Amino acid sequence: MARQRIVRQVAPIVLLGGLLAAAIFATRGARLAPADFVFNNGTEVQTLDPATVTGVPEGRAIRMLFEGLVVSHPETLEPLPGMAERWEVSEDGLRYTFHLRQNARWSNGDPIKAADFLWSYERFLDPRTAAEYAYMLWYVVGAEAFTTEVEDGRPKNAFDSVGIEALDEYTLRFTLNAPTPFFLELMAFYPMFPVCRRNIEEAQERFPDSWRHEWLRPENIVCNGPYLVDFRRVNDRIRFRKNPLYWDADNVAFQTVDALAVESYTTSLNLYLTGEAHWIDIPPANVIQELVLREDFNPVPYLGTYFYRVNVTKPPLDDKRVRRALALTIPRIDICENVTKAGQVPAYALVPPGLAGYTNAEMARAESYDANVAEAKRLIAEAGYGPGGKTFPTIEVHYNTSETHQQIAIVIADAWSKYLGINAKLLNQEWKVYLDTQSSLGYDVSRSAWIGDYADPNNFVDLFVTGGENNKTGWGDPRYDDLVRRAAAELDPAARMAILTEAEALLMEELPVLPIYNYVTQTTYSPRLGGYYPNVKDEHFPKFWYWMNDDELALKREAYPDDGRHALVTPWGPREGLYPPSDPRSGAAAGTRGGD
Amino acid sequence: MFRFLVRRFLWFVVTIFTVMTVSFFLMHSVKGGPFDGERKLDPVIEANIKARYHLDWPLWRQYLHYVGPFNLDENRAVATRDEAGELVLWRGELPGGEPPKVFGGVLSGDFGPSFRYKDFTVNEILGQSLPISMLLGVLSMMFAIALGVSAGIASALRPGSGVDLTLRIAATGGIALPNFVIASFLVILLVFLLPLLPVAGWGTIRHMLLPGFCLGLVFAAYIARLTRTGMLETLSSDFIRTAHAKGLAPRTVVLRHALKGGLLPVVSYLGPATAGILTGSLVIEKIFFIPGTGSHFINAATNRDYTLAMGVTILFTVLVYALNTLVDMAYTLLDPRISLEDE
Repeated sequence: MARQRIVRQVAPIVLLGGLLAAAIFATRGARLAPADFVFNNGTEVQTLDPATVTGVPEGRAIRMLFEGLVVSHPETLEPLPGMAERWEVSEDGLRYTFHLRQNARWSNGDPIKAADFLWSYERFLDPRTAAEYAYMLWYVVGAEAFTTEVEDGRPKNAFDSVGIEALDEYTLRFTLNAPTPFFLELMAFYPMFPVCRRNIEEAQERFPDSWRHEWLRPENIVCNGPYLVDFRRVNDRIRFRKNPLYWDADNVAFQTVDALAVESYTTSLNLYLTGEAHWIDIPPANVIQELVLREDFNPVPYLGTYFYRVNVTKPPLDDKRVRRALALTIPRIDICENVTKAGQVPAYALVPPGLAGYTNAEMARAESYDANVAEAKRLIAEAGYGPGGKTFPTIEVHYNTSETHQQIAIVIADAWSKYLGINAKLLNQEWKVYLDTQSSLGYDVSRSAWIGDYADPNNFVDLFVTGGENNKTGWGDPRYDDLVRRAAAELDPAARMAILTEAEALLMEELPVLPIYNYVTQTTYSPRLGGYYPNVKDEHFPKFWYWMNDDELALKREAYPDDGRHALVTPWGPREGLYPPSDPRSGAAAGTRGGD
Repeated sequence: MFRFLVRRFLWFVVTIFTVMTVSFFLMHSVKGGPFDGERKLDPVIEANIKARYHLDWPLWRQYLHYVGPFNLDENRAVATRDEAGELVLWRGELPGGEPPKVFGGVLSGDFGPSFRYKDFTVNEILGQSLPISMLLGVLSMMFAIALGVSAGIASALRPGSGVDLTLRIAATGGIALPNFVIASFLVILLVFLLPLLPVAGWGTIRHMLLPGFCLGLVFAAYIARLTRTGMLETLSSDFIRTAHAKGLAPRTVVLRHALKGGLLPVVSYLGPATAGILTGSLVIEKIFFIPGTGSHFINAATNRDYTLAMGVTILFTVLVYALNTLVDMAYTLLDPRISLEDE
């Protein structure tokens, strides 16, 4: 009994003590000084290693930390000097020579030389690194063979066989298989960013079992970009701090930046509306209508297409007339105006419009939707279905679980049933299951999308070669494969674009894919944020960002067009602005940083 | 007590092994893998990535490697194509010639690398998120008990009165409304209409109030109903009448004598409630952007992050098991008539 009494008296004290300890432990270091700039990165990044990852949030974090040979202009995305201060392209477009800047340093103080790039690309292409984007560098002579030919568990060929060489300590030359007009753009793409050899090799020595993630820890990682990692908290944030050794540090404004990992669109919007985040990538779909009227939401065309894949291996969808009827009946304008609402553009081709030098090949159609429907009815009858013919079997439309995908599918299925008498069963699937169904052709019609990595039509046209990994429709045509091959080998840029147009025309005649709309960006950001522009790739280079002061903001607002879509909102950020040290206005703001 | 604990421990070992084995094979049988994305990779590249995480091994070997205690990671495959264009896996020594570790796997306390968050091990992720979830859980539990028990007592003292009716309606509402609905209302009220609290995030006590309240509310409602029932039963028993007859103050009778018996049903509910708070916190963690364990529970499954999903499952099993054992022990403290040795 006495023992029980002790337990009874001691237990609560122990429990309370434990609770207190837990509270102190959990909130230890949690009270943070607010960062100069906070954005929502959408989710926790998979890794900070530029070589081994694909993904938009990862790209945003990696561009904070590393810099490639070139960076892109924040608005036009034209290549600007990065690690390379200048470059030359040979006349035939096959050789790119980059002259590295000699004042660039790693954050550990080491100079950055051509050898660093060679080592990084060797690591990137080595199959043992298992880089997801390795194929992006296969435009270089010998690169594909280096990745895919192995012997005794290591690459069969020496790295000398790859067309990347150091002409001297600060000169780097790439030799390509064929002229690649987007090669400079590729060099601004994050998988091409260099990593520090000493960083990784020291980690291998110190942590033989766990160096694969140890070298990326905030205390170990060595960067060459505008920011460094201050700390990371999984599913919460990455805190970045300015890299004092960055070659262009004089033009970097913010001292600290937070990248949040908020996954809920609503929570993300709430954080933005209360000023705790200054830029969010995607707002919830149901507020788009109100956001388009505000100055902080400026959708611009985005390099992506929303479309339906059709499984052409199964009747009746193996009949091209049926596919064309389905494509003609999709009420694209209705979808853009009443479902997606952010200014998306109805698409009649696979490649997004507006790529320099390229003419889209749109699917043949009449001017009005009614005429298209009439033509679709005729095609269905011609294929032998409908009144007097066979009954059209019910088709399944698959999409990954999302309210917008569902609404779009409902609108389309409704039109198909109303005008063509075709019954469509809607099936939503969890993301990975949906991907599996799509790859294994377990569908009739499957919702799809493709976002270009670089602004070139081959990014889209290449997808549908016979047996391509991302084809996923069962469709193939030797004529198409031939066109794609010819385009890749064509030396004259204009002729190359013409061949790609021809390929797209063939695709739009055969219609294994039904284009629906082209994306627009949905980024929402404080009007006070300078050096930031919505752009066609929705890719943003952090070295340009700063806070405008009230005067500059007023000037920006005066220039708004009078279109009723620029209602003023609270401009989060310090009223006195925050400018980089090189800016004359930066002195005025010193020491008086704070909220609005 | 000692025999009880030994028996519980043996069952614990059986439970953990069952949970671990069943969830391992269930998870690997679900369609889709950790490295599937919208962009399908070149087959050689894909094979290399899979080999790096041993997904090229037969499942039984992956399982033994995962459970441990021996590390089976003595080779790693690299993919290539043969003359016919077929994929071939080369098995050589570990890259960089690292000597293989002898021990590994869950039995050596290593939950492996996360497949999704490649910069972290599962141990690190759980170590970072568990204290946060525990704090949130304890906070909402304290809140649930405080509110639930006092509401239950108030109801039981005047059954059928206006107070009783109001509290019972409120409790039914608390049970019926899902916590994300309550959370949305409170965010509109306490963040946007009356800017008192931060909208989301983690760090200060102010950040914890809304999520703690929303998470605890449904349990407060259950506890209120259980307390009311328990108290009504106890208040009508003989020893309470005796206590009143002895002339004790009503306050003493209720708090010292009746409450102990009246709380028994509540105590038995605490085990399931704790499990509910642990697994139920994922919605609240999402809404209030809290870096706890609950969101990993669901994210790891949808990402097919096999190791992290396994880690969270095993962790939750251990926690729920341990807390249920504690609840059973607490029984004997409240009611001397119950003995654990009779189990």
